[in-house]
Order: sequence, then C-alpha cells, then structure tokens
Amino acid sequence: MTRTPITAGQVADIFTGAFGDGIESIDVKEWAEGTRKSKNHAVWIRMRRDLLHDAVRKLIEIDYPHLGVVSGADTGDDIELLYHMLIFFGIPHAEITVTITISLPKTDLRVPTISDLIPGAVYTEREKQEMLGIDVTGIPDSRGLFLPPDFPKGVYPWRKDETGIRDDMIKELWKVGRPEGRPAPPVKPKEKKKKEADAEGAAKEPEPAAAKESAPPVQGEAPPEPQSPEPAAEEKEEVTQDE
Amino acid sequence: MSNGTKKGYSVPIGPIHPALKEPILFTFTMNGEKVEEVDFAPGKAHRGIEWMGMRRNPVQIVHLTDRICGICGVSHTLAFSRAVEQVAEIEVPERGHYVRTIIAEYERIQSHLLWAGVAAHELGFDTLFFLAWRVREESMDVIELLTGNRVNYGIIQVGGVRRDITEDQFPRIEASLRYYEDLLGKMLELFLHDTTITMRCRNTGLMNRREALELCTVGPTARASGLNLDVRQDSPYAAYGDLDVRAVMPEQYLGEAYGDVYDRIVVRLLEVKQSVEIIRQCLDMMPPGPVQFETKIPKLLATCKKAVGEAVGRVEAPRGEALHYVRMDGHENPQTWKVKASTYSNQMSWLKMLRGEQLADVPIIVASIDPCMSCTDRVTVVRDGHSDVMTKEGLHRLSVEKTRRLMQ
Repeated sequence: MTRTPITAGQVADIFTGAFGDGIESIDVKEWAEGTRKSKNHAVWIRMRRDLLHDAVRKLIEIDYPHLGVVSGADTGDDIELLYHMLIFFGIPHAEITVTITISLPKTDLRVPTISDLIPGAVYTEREKQEMLGIDVTGIPDSRGLFLPPDFPKGVYPWRKDETGIRDDMIKELWKVGRPEGRPAPPVKPKEKKKKEADAEGAAKEPEPAAAKESAPPVQGEAPPEPQSPEPAAEEKEEVTQDE
Repeated sequence: MSNGTKKGYSVPIGPIHPALKEPILFTFTMNGEKVEEVDFAPGKAHRGIEWMGMRRNPVQIVHLTDRICGICGVSHTLAFSRAVEQVAEIEVPERGHYVRTIIAEYERIQSHLLWAGVAAHELGFDTLFFLAWRVREESMDVIELLTGNRVNYGIIQVGGVRRDITEDQFPRIEASLRYYEDLLGKMLELFLHDTTITMRCRNTGLMNRREALELCTVGPTARASGLNLDVRQDSPYAAYGDLDVRAVMPEQYLGEAYGDVYDRIVVRLLEVKQSVEIIRQCLDMMPPGPVQFETKIPKLLATCKKAVGEAVGRVEAPRGEALHYVRMDGHENPQTWKVKASTYSNQMSWLKMLRGEQLADVPIIVASIDPCMSCTDRVTVVRDGHSDVMTKEGLHRLSVEKTRRLMQ
C-alpha cells in the first residue's frame, strides 16, 4: 500500500473545498521541540455536527486514520466532542494530527456513530455516553464502560451543570453511612487483647489479681462489649501505669 | 475440560487482577477448549482522575498524572506537560528535553523487562521470569539514582524537569547501558530461540495490520502486527527529533511480521536495545543550560493561568501512545482534561486476538498487549448449573500443562 503524504495546509484545503459553509473554523498549527526543532503539524477543524460522518469518511479517503480518542468538553450550553485522529503515521516527518470538533446543544445531544467506519471507535463512544450523557445513534454496543453498575442514573461526571457530580456524592460522606441491604462482613468480631480484657475486669473488682481469675479470656467467644469506648481506654491506661 | 459439551458455556475471568493497572472482567463463551466469543468490562478501578484534575491547577495535576500508572509514570506526566506547554506556549530548555528523554527510555527498559518476565511466567518458564526481573533491577536502580524514586518519579514538571542529570552520574548510567548491551544477546537467545516459547507463541493471538489499524491499537501491539506507528518517530517530541528514532518492526529481525505473541516479544526486546542506544546518544549530545523554564512555582502557575486555548500532548509510553487533551480558559484549572492511556486503545484488540484460541492460551494472549501480569486472579467455570472456582494458579497450571504436552 502506497501512501503519498500531503501537508497540513493541503488537508485543510481539501476539507474547506469539500464542506464549504459547513466548516466553522479551520486552523493549522505547528509545534516543535528539541535542539533541531522537528515540527509537528496539526489541523483543528470545527464543523457542523451533521457533517461529522462525512468528514471522517473524507479523512479515510486521504489516509485511513488512527483514532487517538474522542474528548468531550462541557462549555455551558453545549457539549463539544473532539475527534483526535492521526494520518500519515509511519512516514518520517509526515504525520498530521487532525482534530474534528463538533458542538451539540444540550437540548439535542445526539451524534451519529463513526464505528461503522472505524470499528475501534465503539470503546471511546461508550465512554462519552456515560461520562457526558450524549446519545450516540447507531452505536453497536451502548453499555457503560468505566462507572460502577450502581452509579446513579442521570449523573454524568464530566458535566459542569446540575447533571454533574452532586455535592452529596463527594462532600460530608460520613453522613451517608453504610449502605443498607448489604450482608454483614464475613469476619468474626475481633478478640480483645488480654490486657484490655484485664482492664475491664479491673473496673468491676477492686483487686487486679482477683480480676484476672474472674475474667479469663474465653477462647472462640467474643469478650463482653464495654459500655462505651472512652472509659475503657482510661482504665487501660491505669493498668499500664500499675505495671 | 471439554467432555463433548454440545452447547457453549461461559467462563468469567476477573474482575480482580492484582497486577493489572485496571482490574477487568472477561467473559468467554467457550465451546470445549475453544474461545468462541469474548467480552470484557473494564472500570473496576475507575478513580475519577479527570474529574479531580479539572478542579486542580497544572502543578498539582503533574503529581496526579505520576500516579495514573505505576509503570508509565513519566509518560502520562510528560504527555500532560506537553499539552499545557503548547497551550501556554512555554518553551522547555533544551537540556530539559534530554533529561526527559533519558528518563522516558529508562522507563521503557524497565517496563519491557517486567513484561518479558511476566510473559515467561505465564508460559511456565519461571527461571526466565526470575532472570528478567533480576536484570530489570539495574534500570530501577538507575531511575532511583536519577529521580530519587523507584516508581512515581515526580521528575517532570510543566516547563521542564525538576532535577538535572549531573556529570558525576554519567559513569553509573554508562555502566548500566553496557550491562544491558552485554545481556541483550543472551535475552534474545533465551526468548526467541527457545523451542517451547516458539511453540506457544508462534501463531497465537493473531492480529493482522488491517485489524490493528481498525481497532485503533498502539505501541508494540500495533507494531508487531506490522502497523508502523510510533509517536517518537511520527511526531517527535523532547529530544527524539534530534535522534531520528525509527519504529522497531518485527520484520527487521525475522524478515516477516506474523502479528502474533512471538512478534510482540521480538518488538519489546529490540526496543530495549533501541532504548540503550537512545540514552547513549542523549548523553553524548546533551546541551548545557537550565532544565526548567521557570523554577518559581507561583510564576509558573501565573503563566499557566494566563493561557487560553487547547492542545493535544502525545507521548510514546512503553505500551503505546498516551494522549492528553487539555483546554485552558484563563482559570487556574483546566476547563477540560482527557487522559487516554495506551491500554485504552489496545483493549479492543483482545476481542480479535482471543477468539478461536484455547483457554490455556488466554493468560499469555491477555498479557501480550500489556506489560503487566495477566488478569486471571479467579475464574469461575459455570457448567450445567454447577460452578467450580478456579484460581489463578489453576489457570496458570493449565497453561504450564499445555507447555509440557507440547514438549513431549
């Protein structure tokens, strides 16, 4: 397979020629690092949402892209999706990063899938659905990806509006307490140390020696619970001092 | 395991896998020993790092990115820093680029050797596993010398690096490079000319170039399938542009790419050799000067705060491309931050590789895309309503038994 690389400017021209008014803005950027300043090229295209599928198809005509990832941003009234794709990789100094940005108003969050063109895109589209609450139409697999199954419905972690992470999910978590309806942990109550058991005995009997006889630690049976943890701790201190 | 079962049964593997950076749940639909369908569910260790990052400033995020992955700590931080530097138009001093490159290559050496050891272990070749992990320590020692830490190096900062590599450290670095050069012939011999490894890995977990491209794979997984894709070569960053790095492809060693597990071993081992060469070149070419754009953190933060715009930072991590997208809007925190780790791109390829393979090959195929221990902590085999719990050891034993059968 022969691939003839073209420049970032030419890619921009192809898109402007093919989609005309559908393109809202198109930028060609360069960035260079190192002593020799080898240049990296990028084309940032912002276009109408309904042209996305055709735009990806156009890019495939130029060179089959490697889809890096689809990013998403909540800008207030809209959700922006950014398709980061790379073409002409493998040819020295020819690679171009093409980012296609589309904007979805929050009143209509539907976007067509591109997984029919790039099968690997399903993964990142699934992530966008659950993190941003968008609706990818025609996605072959619409299950969640990263969030746990008991994550509340209608909450989208990357959103910055009322559907984002609520304060009660992250603040004052001590108020939430242990979830109800779960089985008790399958562990035996912890056996108290001998010294602690002695301390309890000492509280009941005046003589510590007698206490040891009256309250020996029972094997396999939980020792009696103290009335409240604070006095027990005090008594423990006293005993330590005696020793 | 197959007693002439007519209908398929399903075998879940996971979700707990102590060595993977993401525990994951696999569900295999089996027909006898053969895997018919594969499904996986990641997200068992979702920590909401992007959410946290969007509420922190870039200098704080740098420490968060160090902890995204325990193996590629440098790669994520470097990718994030590069994105912020592009938005804020920060120019990293030349020496900073070289220090970044050296650390990134040491990370590749230790990651690939760790993976090679795991691969040997999954095949039941434990002496080789011990050897690979022992020689990996050399790179860990050098990383500790250079950064102060074995993991979570904390050396990359937005605008450069936080520590320089000094002249007095050069002899120690050079000693480690010689150590790996002397060793490499032996490692190649042990891994690639061993009858057992060849039998188990050749034509196992196949994926061709087209599939690798369509499933968006990256790194050694893609290159082993003949897909020439390496960020260091395609979009050179740091000092790679000065060195003319070329992607390591399996056909360079064998004249042909099969796209199987064996080729993934070839690519990773040859990349260790390449990393040694890159580090040596960096030491020779290292320019003098500062390593950090701005050492005063408040000034650095002020620069980031003024920045408005968006950028993509890409880095070739040991496992493949790591991509960070950052959008800044004049606030201290990024407006948007998206992290794409290499395994994120490679996971889809499991579906292709595992279909049609035997259960005993699952550990090595799963391990073949990811330099971490195979995901098989516990397997529950549900058959005719009865369930046996199979431990990781049990599955590992299956794999070892297959090796033994082949040896007879």
